[in-house]
Amino acid sequence: MTFTPTPLEAEGAAGGEATGDPASASPPRSGRRLVRTFLNDRVAVACSAYILIVVLMALTAPLLVTLSGHGPLEFDQAAVDSNLGGLPLGWGGGIGADHWFGVEPGNGRDIFARIVYGARVSMTIALLATALTSVLGVVFGLIAGYFGGRVDMVVSRVMEFLMAFPALIFMIAVLSALPAENRQALLVVVISFFGWPYLARIVRGQTMSLKQREFVESAKASGASSAQIIFKEILPNLSSTIIVMTTLAVPGYVGTEAGLSFLGVGVVPPTPSWGQMIASSVPWYAVDPAYFLFPGAFLFLLVLSFTVLGDRIKKIAESGEGRA
Amino acid sequence: MIRFLANRLLGMAVVLFLVCLFTYVIFFVLSPDPAVQICGKNCDPEAIDRIRANLGLDQPFWTQFWTFLSGLFAGRTYGTGANAIECAAPCLGYSFQTSQPVTDMILQRLPVSATVAVGAAVLWLLAGVSAGLVSAVKEGKFADRFITGLTLTGMSVPNYVLALLLQFLLVVTLGWLPFPQAVPFGEDPGRWFLNFLMPWIVLSIGAAAVYTRLTRANVIETLQENYVRTARAKGLSPGLVWRRHALRPALTPIVTIFGMDFAGLLGGALITETVFGLNGVGKLASDSITKNDQPVIMGVTLLAAFLVVVGNMVVDLLYTAIDPRVRVGSAT
Amino acid sequence: MSTPETTAPEPIAPDAGTAADRPLLRVRDLTVSFTTATGDVDVVKRLGFDLPRGGALGIVGESGSGKSMTSLAIMDLLPKGAKRTGSIELDGTELTGLRERQMQAVRGDRIAMVFQDPLSSLNPYYTVGTQIAEAYRAHRTGVTRRQARRIAIEAMERVHIQDAARRVDHYPHQFSGGMRQRVMIAMTLSMEPDLIIADEPTTALDVTVQAQILDLLAEIRRDTGAGLILITHDLAVVSEVADQIIVMRGGDLVEQGTAERIFCDPQADYTRMLLDAVPRIDDEIGQLRTITTEEDR
Repeated sequence: MTFTPTPLEAEGAAGGEATGDPASASPPRSGRRLVRTFLNDRVAVACSAYILIVVLMALTAPLLVTLSGHGPLEFDQAAVDSNLGGLPLGWGGGIGADHWFGVEPGNGRDIFARIVYGARVSMTIALLATALTSVLGVVFGLIAGYFGGRVDMVVSRVMEFLMAFPALIFMIAVLSALPAENRQALLVVVISFFGWPYLARIVRGQTMSLKQREFVESAKASGASSAQIIFKEILPNLSSTIIVMTTLAVPGYVGTEAGLSFLGVGVVPPTPSWGQMIASSVPWYAVDPAYFLFPGAFLFLLVLSFTVLGDRIKKIAESGEGRA
Repeated sequence: MIRFLANRLLGMAVVLFLVCLFTYVIFFVLSPDPAVQICGKNCDPEAIDRIRANLGLDQPFWTQFWTFLSGLFAGRTYGTGANAIECAAPCLGYSFQTSQPVTDMILQRLPVSATVAVGAAVLWLLAGVSAGLVSAVKEGKFADRFITGLTLTGMSVPNYVLALLLQFLLVVTLGWLPFPQAVPFGEDPGRWFLNFLMPWIVLSIGAAAVYTRLTRANVIETLQENYVRTARAKGLSPGLVWRRHALRPALTPIVTIFGMDFAGLLGGALITETVFGLNGVGKLASDSITKNDQPVIMGVTLLAAFLVVVGNMVVDLLYTAIDPRVRVGSAT
Repeated sequence: MSTPETTAPEPIAPDAGTAADRPLLRVRDLTVSFTTATGDVDVVKRLGFDLPRGGALGIVGESGSGKSMTSLAIMDLLPKGAKRTGSIELDGTELTGLRERQMQAVRGDRIAMVFQDPLSSLNPYYTVGTQIAEAYRAHRTGVTRRQARRIAIEAMERVHIQDAARRVDHYPHQFSGGMRQRVMIAMTLSMEPDLIIADEPTTALDVTVQAQILDLLAEIRRDTGAGLILITHDLAVVSEVADQIIVMRGGDLVEQGTAERIFCDPQADYTRMLLDAVPRIDDEIGQLRTITTEEDR
């Protein structure tokens, strides 16, 4: 797995430069129409629905686990066959009324409970990393684009340096070197550290072109401070770009977290995460495919939903700008 | 041109130096004391001190870093007197686990990683560009929407999930492919090919999806260009218009991105090599992570950074060669 | 042959019988329409005109008047989604019925076109020589590299590009705007076309360069005897080159006649407004008038 920005981000970079039409500044203008366009798009609605389900699953994990009757860390030796090296008893990795998604081979932990708790970990890390990346990207992009000159040069150099880095292998190196405590926070920081330049680069470019616009010039002429201009005049104009880029960043981070956990430098066992569940299923894939199919399918669908959603939102945003 | 080259080389050196420094700080400052680790269980403070002195760990940070850097370029000597071990340049130190020189370990694994990378690159370039072209020609039609759907799926499926799925389906259930097993090319080329087929597919799917999207977007954009209309106005046949005026401008950016992606891959495909048990640089890295073998992890990190930075530079030069607007300055 | 409802051109004989006095280009009932969500929109409505052999016709109108669509319709290069009906006859051959293959033989060989923005209309990846000789190589078989190069140099000399033998190997970005437009014009010359269509050839250029390009077009026309259609929004530009003028607005033909009559005795209000918008020496200073459109009134 090479860690590059998702292609959608790359395209966003290309397409994004052209935006920044001052007419698209007023959000209420086409807000309702955009929502309607979105709701008419069945695929987009299905993707949102799946994401919503995963979020609900993550939020209500303790409740769901009480309903299913097994905790994520609870061993169940009765569900596995110790004579066959701990292979789950029954069809499809032990699927049944007791264990809805079957059990883990070896120790018999409930897969449903681990999926539900794993959703918590995956979503928390991905969303926090997205939030942190967006803040860093927007702040540095605005600063570099608005002030220009030496500030821009320093920020741009740092961005180039970070983007020239082999990010995945470096994340692995850093995570493997640092102590294991509080891994989840560390993951968020490391992912964001390497992720922000991709957003910052686009924000910078758009800020630079917006700075030349009449409405910014007139605000400057009427004595507005830099902070006022940045937050009142420029930032609102960047909102659609930021929304698109953020949506497109989430699937990348879900995948990165899962990948790092898969390689054993992400979330530490016994805390469940989807990537780490798939990693531990590797020795069993031939005899117990259900063990990797459940987390694999959940992960794939989550990444797919975010990707498709981002793609659709980008299209809607672009056509909205086209109409304006 | 020479100034441009010198500038680029200098920038490359700076980035590589920073990568070294960054990696070094993280490994030798933040991580647990390697001397304790090497010494093992039955260990007294004296033995630890001896190892430290041997590895130069008792020196201040900058001295250590300098020794490491000079070891990269000029080689270095570990220990003193009769126990001294000569480590030739480029010296990346010795593995804590196997006591082998890290440089040798990496060089041994490089051919496998290169095989994986080259095969995957050929596959994704062919598949990506041709699917992108079809998609662009049939814009808005069924084939286009079908391919777009496929690319979204291809981009979203994590490669380890795909690896497990393919192994389960093609090897276990259907028995179409043999269990992956390292066979040298000279011994049984057919077997060798089948052995690498799955890693190639798994590694290329995501990139193929990305290249499909890029090709499609670039071709559609280029076909809107005024010079394509000019070419048609000259009476050129649609095939000629496509080949000469649409493809070259549309595919140029793809060539440049390809260089970078390929360089990144040469440094080892961690996940794919691990899942398929291929003894490449990536597998070496992931094994070393589990064993906390710091010199090896650091060596691989530096190699990967080196390849990416060099790849970046090659791409820049390539771009200069391909695009006349960069190659020859304007007359004014 | 003649259709009763045709907006037949007054000063030119509508029905030319013999080959000798047959017009070079004869357009009748040309309609170009786009299908949109709200229904079909006609951007050119039942346009008709004749262009005699070696004549120069100016089509004048504001942006959106349909003048550029007319030129693209003649070349059959309309953008996707546009529909074309009516009749376009080149030297007695009906073009609208031609297949794409046959139309390719017409483009570049019999009708050549000069576009508005020379920088974006030239491919940045090829030398100007390659691009100039491209039409020649497309229409003649067995052209050697050396021949193609010679053709390109000749064409560049004809448009007065200095040092053509060296400049032939340069790329478009190495030329200035006016020189690029000369390259564009050179591209039309290699096949000795019967008709050159120039679509806003001077709009992207500096005023001083504009005059040079117009002189060049006039010179080419004089030397080769090719017919010329000059499309522009600027009546001043047309006045220098064209002997017949068509004024278009919103896809309709507003007025047509000889250049002299249009300038001295405009019939339509719209033409008068266009004329008034052209600054004249005898105008009082500061009296530039703008065009009032129907919506404004």
